[in-house]
Amino acid sequence: MHLRPNIRAMDLGPAAMVAERSLKVIESAPVGRRYHRLLLEAPDLSARSRPGQFFHLLCRDGAGNGPYLRRPMSIWRCGAGEPLGFLFHVKGKGTAALARLRAGEALSVVGPLGQGFALDPAWRRILILARGVGLATLAPLTGAAAAMGIAADAVLSARDPADLMAEEFAGVSGASVTAVFDADGSSEVARVEALLRARFAAARPDAVFTCGSNRLFLLLQRLSAEFGIPGQVALEQQMGCGLGMCFCCVRQIRDASGAVVNLRVCAEGPVFDLQAALAW
Amino acid sequence: MVDLSTRIGSLTLANPVMPASGTFGPELAKVFDLDALGALVTKSVTPEFRAGNPLPRLCETEAGVLNSIGIPGKGLDHFIEHAMPEWRRFRAPLVVSYSAPTVASFAEGAARLAATPGVAAIEANISCPNLEEDGRAFAMHPEPAAAATAAMRRVVGRAPLWVKLSPNTGDIAAVARAVEDAGADALVVANTILGLAIDIETARPKLGSGMGGFSGPAFKPIALRLVWQVAQAVRIPVIGVGGIATAEDAVEFLMAGATAVQVGTATFVSPTAMLGVVDGLRGFCARKGLARVADLTGAALPTGLPRAAE
Repeated sequence: MHLRPNIRAMDLGPAAMVAERSLKVIESAPVGRRYHRLLLEAPDLSARSRPGQFFHLLCRDGAGNGPYLRRPMSIWRCGAGEPLGFLFHVKGKGTAALARLRAGEALSVVGPLGQGFALDPAWRRILILARGVGLATLAPLTGAAAAMGIAADAVLSARDPADLMAEEFAGVSGASVTAVFDADGSSEVARVEALLRARFAAARPDAVFTCGSNRLFLLLQRLSAEFGIPGQVALEQQMGCGLGMCFCCVRQIRDASGAVVNLRVCAEGPVFDLQAALAW
Repeated sequence: MVDLSTRIGSLTLANPVMPASGTFGPELAKVFDLDALGALVTKSVTPEFRAGNPLPRLCETEAGVLNSIGIPGKGLDHFIEHAMPEWRRFRAPLVVSYSAPTVASFAEGAARLAATPGVAAIEANISCPNLEEDGRAFAMHPEPAAAATAAMRRVVGRAPLWVKLSPNTGDIAAVARAVEDAGADALVVANTILGLAIDIETARPKLGSGMGGFSGPAFKPIALRLVWQVAQAVRIPVIGVGGIATAEDAVEFLMAGATAVQVGTATFVSPTAMLGVVDGLRGFCARKGLARVADLTGAALPTGLPRAAE
């Protein structure tokens, strides 16, 4: 089904803080059995994107087929001189359409959007805890940390070694990666907790980061509260406009006074304070 | 040079394109200069704080969207004190959408908005289907729609008062005439139409609150028909809304009798869609040799029938 190919997108150029733009796909390739990566040519957009931010993608394949609404997609690769990259689990109509895109075809993006991760230059070491494709969201953090002289220590949780994507996560950032798997039981929460406690005792991180699993979020929230370590979590939510106008993508967050309020993942997030966020 | 300006009662807009309430906010200024629009329309403001509806609040269909957001907001006091200063940064006329649960609170809020500097018009949302009472709203029947309108007219003086009608009624022409007689300056036609989607794996509605308002391209023929009917029933201007994504869509609504149009769901798909509509209207008029976009209004209506905005 062709959906409204005649909607006219206006490219307002680099002056617009948030761009709606058609970008050229320079690489489209499967990663492992279930994942896919897309690299887009977008020099200025990539340079001003920050880890933890996202783009709203019009998921139409080369023939124009795909779902009506855009899909939010966190940034996997960005930076000056870098292509804009997305790494995703192919599981629905939107991601299936994206995976059908080929090099040379165009993808309409809106972004960069949302509040990304914050890194404090005073920090020496951070710990990253990611599950599944949540590692795509956290991957650009390793490069940003390395550029600031902050060591990144990562615990990645996956079904099995074939699903891990350690190279996609750390790239050339030098982050140290510890993998845990469902296949051998090492990803069980109790065992990850023991691993993190040992890590906190041996080389206490200045901050912790997580994305991709409710159970691991709760674990990291509890442990970092116990150890007094600040943290950040990137949340996911279904979106309508992606810009903060429709109030569809709210999550429950504790505000400064302790009251639970609905905040928009697209506008106030997707990165929230680890202790302020509530489980989903 | 095409004259894109259009008049809605005493208000003159630079062009006939504006956002639909609920799909727009000052956030869109990050994408383009909002003063390029004919008017700005806020999310519905309510008298008191509202948390909004349970999630999921949105669900897409093949060619449209069901929503049940529930008008979350911080209430009228907060709007006037904190949101209005932000809105006053823009030059485009500001239309404040207002929704309330009773006739008295419609009047009370409308009076305060009419007295608020920077409010160019009030758009009374008497048709939002997502409030309590199983989607029943003032706009379902002529009497309550007229009662709310008359109560607002009594207190707002000459301030422009628009009333947004609902497709969820048996006889929209009767509601339109009642609201016109009660003192509305313009009618916005129409709000979303009630719909439903079910997740067959869980046997539950896909929206957290069950039914929702349907909008988007699949709704366009219905909204266009409503504009056509209303434009022939009243003499006040009609503002067309429902599934408009392109200038061609907008031309259809103008030809059906609308004086201006609102673009809603299309902004989710293309945040700059409204700019494309403005540009495309200019191009269409130039191609047809029309000096004024206003000449399109009612062009497709049966001849001999009254036309809106004349």
